[in-house]
Amino acid sequence: MSDVLNLAWVVSAITLATPLILAMLGGLISERSGVINIGLEGQMLVGAFTGVLVSYLTGSAVLGLAAAVGAGVLCGLVFAALTIGIHADQIVAATAVNLVGAGLTAALVPIVWGVDGISPEVARIPAVSVPGLSSLPILGDVFTKLTVLDYAAFGLAVAVWWLLFRTHLGLQLRACGESPEAADTAGVPVRRLRVVAQLCAGGLAALGGASLSLATIGLFVASMSQGRGFLALAALLFGKWRVWPAVAVCLLFSLVDALQLRLQIIESAIPHELLIALPYLLAVLALATFVGRAAAPAAIGRPFTRR
Amino acid sequence: MIRLPAIKIQQGLSSRPFLSAGSFLGTLALALAAAVPLIYLAGTDPVTAYGALLRGSVGDQYALSETVVQATPLLVGGLAVALAFHAGLFNIGVEGQLVVGGLAAAAVGVNLDLPAAVHLPVAVLTGAAAGAAWAAIPAVLKAWRGVHEVVTTIMFNYLAFGLSRHLVAPGGGLASATQPSASDPVADGARLPALTETTRIHSGVLLAVAAVIAVGWFLYRTPAGFKLRMVGANPTTASFHGVGVRRVQIGALMGSGALAGLAGASEILGLYGRYLDSFSPGYGFQAIAIALMGMLTPLGVLAAAAFFGMLAAGSVGLQSVGISRELINVVSGLVVGFVAAQPALIGAYLRRRRKRQASGQGEDASAAPADVDARSAHV
Repeated sequence: MSDVLNLAWVVSAITLATPLILAMLGGLISERSGVINIGLEGQMLVGAFTGVLVSYLTGSAVLGLAAAVGAGVLCGLVFAALTIGIHADQIVAATAVNLVGAGLTAALVPIVWGVDGISPEVARIPAVSVPGLSSLPILGDVFTKLTVLDYAAFGLAVAVWWLLFRTHLGLQLRACGESPEAADTAGVPVRRLRVVAQLCAGGLAALGGASLSLATIGLFVASMSQGRGFLALAALLFGKWRVWPAVAVCLLFSLVDALQLRLQIIESAIPHELLIALPYLLAVLALATFVGRAAAPAAIGRPFTRR
Repeated sequence: MIRLPAIKIQQGLSSRPFLSAGSFLGTLALALAAAVPLIYLAGTDPVTAYGALLRGSVGDQYALSETVVQATPLLVGGLAVALAFHAGLFNIGVEGQLVVGGLAAAAVGVNLDLPAAVHLPVAVLTGAAAGAAWAAIPAVLKAWRGVHEVVTTIMFNYLAFGLSRHLVAPGGGLASATQPSASDPVADGARLPALTETTRIHSGVLLAVAAVIAVGWFLYRTPAGFKLRMVGANPTTASFHGVGVRRVQIGALMGSGALAGLAGASEILGLYGRYLDSFSPGYGFQAIAIALMGMLTPLGVLAAAAFFGMLAAGSVGLQSVGISRELINVVSGLVVGFVAAQPALIGAYLRRRRKRQASGQGEDASAAPADVDARSAHV
């Protein structure tokens, strides 16, 4: 068993957790502001595609990342215009984001690269070796295999936690999700804050998607996110809309995902088609056993109009 | 609890035939227009592209028959999504339920040795039952634990895809020895017979039409259907009137799953005659667009399924002028987006018309229907 459960397993789990955590953080900001966001999946795909496209055109993976975030913010803006601007149903509008995101990115692959379904390899985000830490005994290996994005995911988790729970702005944002009427009475610009939350959510989800395409394999495959946007959402629900429990759930899902990837290679007796489904099964079990009704922000899904 | 106000306004629309026909055609035209930039990007022009699409879908008798063939699973899938919507539930899991329905129908068709008269009904019903079973866990979690059905039904999609790949992979329970990623052909007695000799139209289309009638009759002519719509409109009121909300929610989602399973079974037993992995190019997702575009009414779903059937049949022609089949998924996403935007647009239209009428008739503005305003205020 030691050739499965070892340090390389943990490293691969951290790498797999990065897109999940980034998308989850986006969902967290959105839902804490009172807007349900099931469009993370589509926004991830847009980010993954845009990142690879710009990296392909410019040869710079960093520019790719920046463009991915920009595209994600644009998605967030469209979603905000629909849901906050004209009060479209949030679930239906997000489904549109998912369908267009998946369809458009898949349709653009043959237009840009002339091949169906898969892009060529492009410049990717390299792994960095952290000076000092990488020479540690045993654990040192971890600090040579991770990319900037993996560290950024944890850094952004700290930032989001600090912003939401330790600043005045965060309090206002959460008030929009709990009781928009009260927040409005207190002078909080409810709709404006919700729009800002959507832009952040789009950017973070797209960054998550770009980390999937640019850091992990360095190319784009149609619908490569494989439901990770929804796994992030499940982690958010299971973590009861709090940063650290949700990050922990993302890591748990990724440990299972990494485990199944390694078992596929080592334990060929277990059919790998079933192993692939393991994280989704875990997500269902998690949702079945732990989620309580009262944990969601009170005003989630409810558009706000001033009377 | 997530209510779907957008859907409520659309239900209100169905009593305004001209407005609903107008919004149907408007959605259709907007979605096709919004896809135009993509067509230019692909290096052709809209006239060529949509011309190819029309030739491939209604250009001749065979093209028309292909539209019918493609519309069949979309129609039943659209009904599945619509049925759940009427109960206030969003079943994004139709794709997975459809796959499982196809798998179960194929398992019965390949492995059981029954007289022809019972083999086909048993295979079809097993497919529907499997779809219902696949929806059962999300349904129970929704009703008893408040877990949002969108997340759980999506997870069950991925579980279904894994199951499907496993069963037809080498060594899997359904795998054919000769054809990769497929099952052996189902017994002749379990086939849905073809309706003509020269086209691919099969009797699954009759099942689909029967489903339209059955769903319409159930929703609008039976007490159970009324209860279901009551739960969708307002679960609190429904429960005060003695409706068992949880039981209705579970029944609605499982009924939706059964329709999805039927759609899958009809494809496998009618069109292909054997199970093929990934036989569905996203019927279950396009079904969402179809249900919404059809304003959740059975006839509306029929019309929307015909439109998407045309897109699917015409996609072969589109590919010949260099446009990816994915265009259909873009169009279905755009349709969903426009439907989401519709309540606001229609609300604005009705308000303006009312204002115009009011200024024409003097001060009797309060006589105009106030329902749209009241609704959009709660949206």
